[in-house]
Amino acid sequence: MNEVTSVDTGDLFSKFDDLIQTRETLLSSGIEDPYNLVMEKVLSPTRAICNGRDTILLGTYNYMGMTFDPDVIEAGKDALEKFGSGTTGSRVLNGTYQGHKDCEDALIEFYGMDHAMVFATGYQANLGIISTIAGKGDYVVLDIDSHASIWDGCAMGNAEIVPFKHNDVEAMEKRLRRIPEGAKTLVVLEGVYSMLGDVAPLKEMVRIAKEHGAMVLVDEAHSMGFIGENGRGVCEEQGVMDDCDFIIGTFSKSVGTVGGFCVSNHPKFEIMRLVCRPYVFTASLPPSVVATAATSIRKLQHGSNKRAHLWENSKRLHAGLLDLGFSLGTDTPQSAIVAVIMPDLTQGAMMWEALLKEGLYVNLARPPATPANMTLLRCSLCAEHSAEEVETILGMFERAGKKVDII
Amino acid sequence: MDRASIDETIRNLIEPFNKKLVAITDATTFANDLEFDSLTVMDFVAAIEDEFDIIISMNQQAEIENFGQLIDAVVKIQGA
Repeated sequence: MNEVTSVDTGDLFSKFDDLIQTRETLLSSGIEDPYNLVMEKVLSPTRAICNGRDTILLGTYNYMGMTFDPDVIEAGKDALEKFGSGTTGSRVLNGTYQGHKDCEDALIEFYGMDHAMVFATGYQANLGIISTIAGKGDYVVLDIDSHASIWDGCAMGNAEIVPFKHNDVEAMEKRLRRIPEGAKTLVVLEGVYSMLGDVAPLKEMVRIAKEHGAMVLVDEAHSMGFIGENGRGVCEEQGVMDDCDFIIGTFSKSVGTVGGFCVSNHPKFEIMRLVCRPYVFTASLPPSVVATAATSIRKLQHGSNKRAHLWENSKRLHAGLLDLGFSLGTDTPQSAIVAVIMPDLTQGAMMWEALLKEGLYVNLARPPATPANMTLLRCSLCAEHSAEEVETILGMFERAGKKVDII
Repeated sequence: MDRASIDETIRNLIEPFNKKLVAITDATTFANDLEFDSLTVMDFVAAIEDEFDIIISMNQQAEIENFGQLIDAVVKIQGA
């Protein structure tokens, strides 16, 4: 342990010493490492063998439980056999197969938009789109609790970056009003903010952004497939789809594979394929991945029964945890994420471990990923959790919470 | 508004954020002396922006380490 301090001053890793120390202190108490969990077997979208234990999964983004859907698996196997394991090339060179076009067509149908562009990950979609469209002299106005991929897109693009207080309509409006005349502005919002699971007041925010002549980008990563009548997200639910210039999403949540995308009605959108560096300078997704994504997206369009059941799960878990005396990130259930606020990191880690021993996996989220330096146990529900499973989960929370003296 | 009155206004604005009652000079740093975390910075910056009806972008904030640099930046933005 002393090796960390004995390295010479030229070590570029010395900036991580505080973090290394925090981790060592936490783990020296004998607690299981919350960031080193291994799933030896995955039994279904909601169950796995984790560190040797049969575990209910309540900390995945598998909201619609598509990962083991028979049609999705079949499409992936078929593409793997017919098109091989990978493309070994960029989308703009040898990496666009029929499956990539089909996947973009599925997105165009799903959102009812004119254009769709598929990226290797959701992170790269935000990174690429934001950094490419907002350059030097432009302004990006964004929520302070935005995802890391949004901040990194801002940092890469050299635009003037103007954050506003989380979900504060007035703070956003004030900043838009102060932007110099003639400057071009991109407003970046999220449908569901993933740490607390709260929804943005998009109806007002998008209207105000448009009144100020700004373009609007909404990240719907955590709402796709679940929120809105057709699962298009918070934009659909709040009736502002037509005013959004860009919607960013991911395949790694409800869609159940990996990849990211941007859909848009902008008439010049296709030029992005040539100017967006995180799109150009990387290999395209494997054929099996885009085949599973396209199949899953088309099934999500007709997933209203699953959406209804997922809402029931979210409402029941939220109410049950409140009744047990936990403090939650939102007063009402707003999404498939229910965030349980922990007193501090140590108790949070103890609670996380107690739940794992009960046979329940949740996400332990800590600063800097969390707002207001909070430690959270983030629960994300799946449409495949049964009503009985939600009751089992509440029992586990009750026992673990009492064991570590949080309730 | 001249530099002296901007200085005075911001000295008043910083009071609720200066929890440890640090004596403030032009050389007082926000990160080390005042120990502002990112949330405090956001609220403090918002208070200044609202007072002067200006934007201090993150890019501009990155150049500001101490109180004197903050006053200079606001003087400059106001004059722009």
